[in-house]
Amino acid sequence: MNPLVEEKVGFKAPIVMASLGFVVILFFGFLGKEGDVAFQLSRRQDVIQLDPIIINAVLLGIVSGALMLLIAVFSTIQAVQNKRTPVWVSAIFGLIGVISLLGWLATGNSVPVAFIAGTALVLAVPIIFGSMAGVMSERVGVTNIAIEGQLLTGAFMAAVVSTITKSYTLGIIFAMSTAAIFSMILATFAIKYLAQQIIVGVVLNVLAIGVTNFLFQQWLKEDGENLNFPGTLDVIRIPVLSDIPILGPVLFENRLTVYFALIAVPLLWFVMFKTKLGLRARAVGEHPLAADTVGINVGRTRFWWVTLGGAMAGLGGAALTIGNAGAFGREMTGGIGFIALAVMILGRWHPITASLAALLFGFSIILRVWANQVSPGIPSDFITMVPYVVTIIAVVGFVGRSRAPKALAQPYVKG
Amino acid sequence: MSEKDDRFSQAFKEILSGGLTRTLLAIILGFLVGALFMIVSNKEFIEALGYFFSRPADAFAAAWNVVANGYGALFRGAIFNADADSFEKAIRPITETLRLGAPLIAAGLGIGLTFRVGLFNIGGTGQLIFGMIFATWVATRLELPFVIHMLVAVIAGILGATFLGALVGYLKARTGAHEVILTIMFNYVAISIFTFLMRDPNLLQEERATGNPKADPAAETALLPKIFGDEFSVHFGLIFALVAVVVYWWLMERSTIGYRLRMVGHNPDAAESAGVNVKRTYVIAMALSAAFVGVAAGNQALGTSIGVIPSSHANIGFDAITVALLGGSSAPGILLAGLLFGAFKAGGPSMQVIGISPEVLGIVQAAIVLFIAAPPLIRALFRLPKPQTTNALAAIRDRFFRKGGAK
Repeated sequence: MNPLVEEKVGFKAPIVMASLGFVVILFFGFLGKEGDVAFQLSRRQDVIQLDPIIINAVLLGIVSGALMLLIAVFSTIQAVQNKRTPVWVSAIFGLIGVISLLGWLATGNSVPVAFIAGTALVLAVPIIFGSMAGVMSERVGVTNIAIEGQLLTGAFMAAVVSTITKSYTLGIIFAMSTAAIFSMILATFAIKYLAQQIIVGVVLNVLAIGVTNFLFQQWLKEDGENLNFPGTLDVIRIPVLSDIPILGPVLFENRLTVYFALIAVPLLWFVMFKTKLGLRARAVGEHPLAADTVGINVGRTRFWWVTLGGAMAGLGGAALTIGNAGAFGREMTGGIGFIALAVMILGRWHPITASLAALLFGFSIILRVWANQVSPGIPSDFITMVPYVVTIIAVVGFVGRSRAPKALAQPYVKG
Repeated sequence: MSEKDDRFSQAFKEILSGGLTRTLLAIILGFLVGALFMIVSNKEFIEALGYFFSRPADAFAAAWNVVANGYGALFRGAIFNADADSFEKAIRPITETLRLGAPLIAAGLGIGLTFRVGLFNIGGTGQLIFGMIFATWVATRLELPFVIHMLVAVIAGILGATFLGALVGYLKARTGAHEVILTIMFNYVAISIFTFLMRDPNLLQEERATGNPKADPAAETALLPKIFGDEFSVHFGLIFALVAVVVYWWLMERSTIGYRLRMVGHNPDAAESAGVNVKRTYVIAMALSAAFVGVAAGNQALGTSIGVIPSSHANIGFDAITVALLGGSSAPGILLAGLLFGAFKAGGPSMQVIGISPEVLGIVQAAIVLFIAAPPLIRALFRLPKPQTTNALAAIRDRFFRKGGAK
């Protein structure tokens, strides 16, 4: 493959965008329920009070649909000139879609904007950490299917250690280090024993589920009060910043785990793409032979990135228990690790775009709960399905031939 | 050393380095890991550890007891119950193992097929559910004569699963989307569709609906008949699974399609150069894979007379992955692996009864496959010889079976 040959930009993205735009303008607009919807921008306890925006739902549907179609036209023009649609344009497209969906669901009712956005972020945090673990591991060329297991390990340790020691700090430290040690199994098998990485990943998930289920059944269930009753971290309000309307309550009034995520994502992006360390890591993932030739220790680089990725996922696990639920539950990850895997591919192995995709899933979880309350007529099963269908459409339409790190899943044997 | 001795020691080394030895050692190691977890979580053992240096025997006795009781209960629940008061009851456990192993075998074949093609079908659950939707619809909404009804329902299940598998294969071939992500997403989509259908009385919901999603029980004509009479619950699902094993063996080892599938699995570029349509092969592989999973779907939908619920897929789609891995994606391997994990499912309840949570078997399952996944690790642990390339063993085998003659 000659890297200088530009890949041809297809018309799939514009087509998908246009169809989504038509769906919105037709079903949410012209065929939508007549009535007003109020977007509540402020909560009662906020310092600065903004008036809610009240808008006719049908009008909102038509306007959003029209905007989405405009973006589709822009995307088509880009494609004709063989340019990709920028990520931020796609993000705006998604945001408009989300707003129109909220308006349609809550016709004749109100939308608590800050509550929905804030909860979506909290729910997205474990997915974000999980996808960071995936990015760190796969960028150096080790397939990581074991995110689910890493998250579960972290969640378990955070809950149990926090309860026993009564210290959240220790809980987080143990969650991160145990998940890191757990990832060392993946790293060792992949690098030293040259095992099939997907297989090891799948098996590690089964192992993590098996061990946590067993210990849960054997210990936590009987003696939950002394072993599995950590409660949650305190909500920290950052002064001044948390008074900003909308953004304040969403971003600056959170538990520690959310702040960690907000720091970790840009930090990882910086290390990965702006430092020598990150360049080396990516070189190992793209062309290990070349990296080895210039003196980079391929095995060691891979080992530590995978291990540190595990620590990230451990933090994500902690976010599940002491950052949100307040206790460990049997198989509480329930597929989040696999969602994180999908999010990573959807975000093209990039920390920032992967996190944006993770937010979509966080949003969908809260949407399911909230939509049931405001418009019980819509079958909840369909709302449950939305993020998965959107991912399928995105993978098929937008991402297409997603280019994984070139040496992914290939063990490197020094010649 | 005479030439003959030399040849036998060569052959012995070859046996030691072979896959079978490694598999057996991995299974033993897996059970040891499970034993370790049973011991360290046992209360008597932990108490005995407290005074370990004054009376170490207590700790050892406690450890021995818990392991013996645990695996003893597994044996009683999955193979043979010597305490039972009648012969039927004594051999009942092994028939339960067969019943629970059958869908694992069928679905394991499906997943194994994709491994041979270099794909990874993580969507067994979704395909199983699609199969169950179709099979349940035929079984509850159509009226057909005895046997025919059952066969039509099984075929519907296979077709339903195949449809989803083919769709994934098509999307992959057409757009290059990764099959792992597609199958994961379709798992969630399938379970939502399934639940939705079971909420609507016009579709699949039971008539005397109580609000919880649940389908009508399958018509009696559509139920899989019991093999050994009503005393045992093992049914025709087992026969279908065994047929699937034979079909799989023929398909992969003897047929042209299988040859193409394996070619693509070994080296897609070379296969393409040799004139194999790789993209089409991916579609065929995903469809065939899902068809085998569909056999398991028929088993789940028609094997019980109380009507399916959303969790009736029983996680078989995921368990099948470990079955395929343990079985090395070969027909006989998957058969044995499916039976082993079926035994784990059958023996779980009797472990529960004596207070050892059967979840430990999940650990055993994972440990076995983990050891299988890394041949160098097992070789290092047991100081086994490296894979031998001599044909000493083949020569002995040839002479023994009087085939082929001298080399």
